[in-house]
Amino acid sequence: MPAIGAACLFVGLLAALYAATASLYGVQTGRRALVVSARRAMYALAGLLLLAVAILEVAYARSDFTFALVAENSSTTTPTFYKLTAMWSSQAGSLLLWAVLLSIFSAVVLRATRRRHREIVPYATAVLGGVAAFFLSLMLFYSSPFDVLATPPVEGNGLNPLLRHPAMMIHPPMLYTGYVGFTIPFAFAVGALITRRTGADWIRSTRRYTLVAWSFLGFGIMLGALWSYSELGWGGYWAWDPVENASLMPWLTGTAFLHSIMVQERRGILRVWNVSLIAATFVLSLLGTFLVRSGILDSIHAFGASTLGTPFLIFIGAVVIGSVTLIIARLPDLRSAPWLDSLVSREVVFLLNNLVLVLLCVVIFWGTFFPLISEALSGKRQSVGPPWFNFFGTPLALVLVLLSGIGPAVAWRRATLAGLWRTLTVPVAVVALTLVLLLVLTPAADNVWALAMFCLAAFVVAVVSQELVRGASARRTMTGGSWPAALAGLVSRNRRRYGGFIVHVGIAVLFLGVAASSAFIEQRDVRLAPGQSVELDGYRVTYREPTARILADESDTGAPITLGAVLDVEKDGERFALSPSRNYYTAGDAQSTGAIRRFFEGEATSEVAVRWGLRQDLWTAVRPDIGVLEEAIAKADRQFSDPRFADAQGLIVATIVERYRQQAPPAYFRTLVSPLIAWIWIGGGILLLGALVALWPAPGAADRRLRALYAARVGRELSRA
Amino acid sequence: MDPARKRRLRLFVALSTVVVLAGALVYTSFSAATQASTPSQVTAAAEPGRSYELTGKVVDGSVSARGDELRFAIRDRAGPQSVPVVYAGVVPDPFREGREVIVEGQMRQGTFVAERDSLVTKCPSKFTKETASTRG
Repeated sequence: MPAIGAACLFVGLLAALYAATASLYGVQTGRRALVVSARRAMYALAGLLLLAVAILEVAYARSDFTFALVAENSSTTTPTFYKLTAMWSSQAGSLLLWAVLLSIFSAVVLRATRRRHREIVPYATAVLGGVAAFFLSLMLFYSSPFDVLATPPVEGNGLNPLLRHPAMMIHPPMLYTGYVGFTIPFAFAVGALITRRTGADWIRSTRRYTLVAWSFLGFGIMLGALWSYSELGWGGYWAWDPVENASLMPWLTGTAFLHSIMVQERRGILRVWNVSLIAATFVLSLLGTFLVRSGILDSIHAFGASTLGTPFLIFIGAVVIGSVTLIIARLPDLRSAPWLDSLVSREVVFLLNNLVLVLLCVVIFWGTFFPLISEALSGKRQSVGPPWFNFFGTPLALVLVLLSGIGPAVAWRRATLAGLWRTLTVPVAVVALTLVLLLVLTPAADNVWALAMFCLAAFVVAVVSQELVRGASARRTMTGGSWPAALAGLVSRNRRRYGGFIVHVGIAVLFLGVAASSAFIEQRDVRLAPGQSVELDGYRVTYREPTARILADESDTGAPITLGAVLDVEKDGERFALSPSRNYYTAGDAQSTGAIRRFFEGEATSEVAVRWGLRQDLWTAVRPDIGVLEEAIAKADRQFSDPRFADAQGLIVATIVERYRQQAPPAYFRTLVSPLIAWIWIGGGILLLGALVALWPAPGAADRRLRALYAARVGRELSRA
Repeated sequence: MDPARKRRLRLFVALSTVVVLAGALVYTSFSAATQASTPSQVTAAAEPGRSYELTGKVVDGSVSARGDELRFAIRDRAGPQSVPVVYAGVVPDPFREGREVIVEGQMRQGTFVAERDSLVTKCPSKFTKETASTRG
């Protein structure tokens, strides 16, 4: 079976190379059939790669350890869900995921545009084929998912325990769908540049794909944050880690792109800016894929150094040089008429939003690569921490939220200050009221930045609500009917507009959660013996008793040993219990670690216990002090290390674990009260909903398209007649 | 104002904004940066008030815990030169004498005062080919 998989990749590489060359040659020589065959080669590529993925997944499901990859990051004891998702925890597997997603995206977009943009599409096909060929060559020549083990081991390595979390297994495909999706608008932009068709055609054909990519990337980032909050035992969701930053950067430029293409569609301007933005977004996506795998920056996410550095850097360099050269060569074609009708217009707000987003991206880029930059400049490797990122990020985020409120309130082309003021009277009044209420009722004044963010969030919600109410009431006077019907009708008539507004509300709500939880978080790290308690923001948390389980991890990660605690929590007469725990995974080899010790010395992960709430979360994590078991472990290692006792080892480990429960030593606890943190996830949900509304095809769109095609054909026939 | 002059002015404003922002980025990052260093480097020459990222091995027999506070010494990867460290916060499970660790903090009167929760243990992991860094 591995041979078939490898053959799929090889034939896939040939198909991708064929698609690239045939479509280029076909369009240059005017042989339409060649271009069509190139498109079909891309369909074939998608089929081949899907087959390759299926072969690999079957191997994972069957724990077929002749596949080196399966032996490396799965095992018979790995739960089925994690077996099936283990593919993308490895380098080779994630390359395959990239390639298969790219081939699916390409096939869909090429099929959708098969009767349109005959000039642009062949070049776009060539770009897509070229990118696919690059990833396929990486797999074939550097890191193959189909390597074979001559002597398959009886048991595999298992999946890295840190990754055993549902969010973590869905997170990579989401991120990758985002990264890969940006290839589509990039490919069409290149096609548009080469053919000098720099109007808005390429934008209209790929807008939907850009939005899909953007939504998936955003969703992936949210899942990553959620994983960090609920799996890594530190209680935060964002650490400005290089790999987190790498995923945020293309999302920021992608957000800028989604706004600035609207300006080009409407007004025909910002052409240079748009092609540059999408090229930057694509390069940042490649960089994001590369950073996770390269190990050039210290990150807890960098799962293993790899050999991919050089080819990846060469490819990224080639894309950068190629894009810059192409854009410079086409500058004369990209010129547009002077454009500023008025400084008060939606175009200007969009331009400002673009500048802020790109600036934020530049800041993050600088901070992320600062270790490399400083080493190059001063010879000393230095790094900047979260305070530095927050110093720049906080004011920029405030400006962004402010702009996301102003944007919907300003008209295209020319608005007047007086008109703007009329639109903003009610929202500004809402902000004033919010400010007064916050100052009187809450301690929000303790943190000026958070206070400002609360007010701006209120502003955005007020602006959008006002727009919805105005639109719906206008619709009601026209068509009659109830308020909900009018609202639904309004949104469905103009999904892009109102979907975008909903996204803005989502962003405001998300930042409300970010500001509140980071400014007003309360944290206590304590060491408690059973019976002792800690007070935190009105909560009284008491350590009732330790827990110790063998092969009975509640979150089903397959951990052999789970040590934990039962906490009794009391607040204002309400009582409940939380049970945080910690999973211990077995270390690799018995020789260097000790036959019994290895059960306690491997990786360990926190299973935090959270009381979720709309007002606040109570978050707890435990770190059992297994020092008390030290003596017992050492003794057991001396007596039972002989392979003769292999069968008894499980029993011995169980006895030692039981001793932990009986001795009940003090344990370390981290407790957090994060106000409004749930609104980060709710805001993310609203954001996604808005994106879905904007994406949903308008009723009758297919109809209209068909009619337009028909009309065009009739027109042709008539002109011939 | 004639259009050419207006354009020049606009270009000038844009360029100076870019220069100011770039300057701010460079200046703040270099002054806020944490420098990677070894025990012998921080004992020899550490500026007071500056943050360092100290990498080295935990000296055998140096670890002692008092309440919430953990005291240990870190020595050079190859060499005996060591520096005492005071630390509070989450201790990663693989933290042990002889292991390689990274900790962030500042030198105060000959002792490296670490920032809360900054301790990271580097340990061999069967899940990664090189070494993995473990937090909390």
